Amino acid sequence: MGIVSPGFHGRSRAAGVKLPPGQYLVEDFPVLSAGPTPRIAQQDWAFVIATESGQRHQWSWPELMALPSEQPTVDLHCVTKWSKLGTDWQGVSLDVLFEDVETAADFALVHSYGGYTTNLPLEDLLDGKAWIAYRYDGDDLAPEHGGPARLLVPHLYLWKSAKWVRGIQLTEQDEPGFWESAGYHDYGDPWREQRYQGD
Amino acid sequence: LTGRLAWRVATLVESRAETAAARTLVLDVPDWPGHLAGQHADIRLTAPDGYSTQRSYSLAAPPDGDRLELTVQRVPDGEVSPYLTDVLSPGDPLEIRGPVGGWFVWRAADPDPVLLVAGGSGLAPIESILRALLDSGHGDRVMLYFGVRSERDLYHEPLLRDLASRHANFSYHVVLSEQKGARGRRYGLVHEAVDADLEEVEGLMSYLAGPPVMVEATTALLAARGLAPRQIHADAFYNQT
Repeated sequence: MGIVSPGFHGRSRAAGVKLPPGQYLVEDFPVLSAGPTPRIAQQDWAFVIATESGQRHQWSWPELMALPSEQPTVDLHCVTKWSKLGTDWQGVSLDVLFEDVETAADFALVHSYGGYTTNLPLEDLLDGKAWIAYRYDGDDLAPEHGGPARLLVPHLYLWKSAKWVRGIQLTEQDEPGFWESAGYHDYGDPWREQRYQGD
Repeated sequence: LTGRLAWRVATLVESRAETAAARTLVLDVPDWPGHLAGQHADIRLTAPDGYSTQRSYSLAAPPDGDRLELTVQRVPDGEVSPYLTDVLSPGDPLEIRGPVGGWFVWRAADPDPVLLVAGGSGLAPIESILRALLDSGHGDRVMLYFGVRSERDLYHEPLLRDLASRHANFSYHVVLSEQKGARGRRYGLVHEAVDADLEEVEGLMSYLAGPPVMVEATTALLAARGLAPRQIHADAFYNQT
């Protein structure tokens, strides 16, 4: 705990709401990106999982839509300090997409349309922890929120949930992504407040 | 945790009004490790019962020893910003850590023409970059577009005017989005003014900071005008409550 700030009392603490350290609650859905929003038409969209041995597994938009989907309700925690609770999504679990992928890799480097990348351990994408999400709050996912489809990995800070996702490269070595190369934490667990390298 | 990202206890030296709703806090931070123009810092407030919350603010000036400046926009009903603008007094302690952010920065080695676009309190990091640029003797063109709603939201114009009088390669344009007919002012959205003026984009480096809508519109414009992603450094931010 830090030093007490003279004259600071904070908001009334809503009973039963527990946020990761340092976070505050928002009701709207802030939009933060490092660059321009790519506009990808559904017919031009494709998603590829490439293994460390060069095998490629690819899905077109209709192929993604044909897969069984889930409707997770999850909390979002952004490293810029806001948290949004109880958000409703629809998407395909990564477990479904990885069903026929043969790999011994430990790490994943996620690629987006527009050039964004982010890295995480492969295990954080599996066992019901991550989705390729294409609907938010009952509507098609808007481009500013990452549409047509984004990665959703809600147990990590939101920069890991890459917008405009186009593929996952599996790697044996951990390779830092965009923000991870710029001083942000390699893993990014909000409950351990892993915002920056060294946290 | 030690080093750059350790929490430090700063002392408020001075709080300056910039507009009716914005104040610049001048902080003394012992052993501040220095920062690059465009980086930000996190501040942490703690209540007597141990409740604690954090916010991020852009560093508003180039490094100056242990002194640094943050510009805070007061958000009505906000939790932290009214405390920083209205309660925190000179001599009070404030916990801070940083600097953080390595993408939205300008490094002295970049020789290219620079386009700066600021909206509202987004001027803080932009001005930090601008001052570092001009102090370094940057010889190429530097163009600043500063979008605000009306004259009353405008701040730091004397400083901009002074910089423009001392640096022939620097020009700035104030664009008012909600006040038509103000003398010597352009009217409209700031990205439209950029679009109307921009000719050569070869080698241009751009830095945009301000409300997300403005940053989004400007990044879309610059991409459409042929700037590559590496030429666009965008820092969209919400006024921190």
